[in-house]
Amino acid sequence: MADTPAKEMLKKEAGTPAGIERTRSTKVYTPAVDIIERKDDIVIIADMPGVDEQSVDITLDKNVLTIYGTVEPEIPGQHRLVFAEYGVGDYQRLFTLTDEIDSDKIQASVKNGVLKLVLPKAATAKTRKITVKAEA
Amino acid sequence: MAWTDWERFERSMDPWREFDRLNRVFLGSGVSSGELPLFNVWLTADNAMVTTEVPGIESGAIDISVVDKSVTVRGSREPEEVREDGAYHRRERWHGRFSKTFEIPFVIDADKVEAKFRKGVLYISMPRAEADKPKKIAIKSE
Repeated sequence: MADTPAKEMLKKEAGTPAGIERTRSTKVYTPAVDIIERKDDIVIIADMPGVDEQSVDITLDKNVLTIYGTVEPEIPGQHRLVFAEYGVGDYQRLFTLTDEIDSDKIQASVKNGVLKLVLPKAATAKTRKITVKAEA
Repeated sequence: MAWTDWERFERSMDPWREFDRLNRVFLGSGVSSGELPLFNVWLTADNAMVTTEVPGIESGAIDISVVDKSVTVRGSREPEEVREDGAYHRRERWHGRFSKTFEIPFVIDADKVEAKFRKGVLYISMPRAEADKPKKIAIKSE
């Protein structure tokens, strides 16, 4: 374990399904996410440094939610990289959603390189409390 | 875990797969910053640039100090606040305090250091001190 810097693994490259190749030469990383389930919604928070609200794409195809962030490297010309712990590239991650998400009401926001998605639960998926009536 | 056993099987095992697996194990339980954030250092003859990815923190939470040839970056990233009724399904994002010092191969002009924080990425540009720049000596012909 000491032989290879484990750090490099901290920013993980996204995998591609077998047989599919990328056409762009930029690297694509998997953003680290927190997924939090609350009473009425599910929140996905993704670290995507270098991404702003214009460069992130969120698509929902059937039940697959894809987040894709494009990153333009911002380093002034003549600089030479002399020490590197991380690579710069795009971000991609896919999530499958269950029926319990109300896909029309998904909200997304980006702040300081962090994407926050709020996926509201559909009315049917919310836990309903059944009141027990006393019979007369 | 028996690490010695690993060495025995080293040749037949794909180490990267193991790293991946271990990484997942570690990341799955929530990362607190030991190694993170990650840094890159860029150089030209008269300027050094340190960049780091610290998404989600405010620029006020970062402290940069420059002394002579070294630059120190300190800060902390707070964990996301979850309302009481929230439960984590996945917790991969790191949090915690960090501090890192780099030595640059020349003396930095502390007054001209510029730092900007954009889209979760911190850029610190440090020009070489005038006094430290090599002098060009003109040769006079007699």
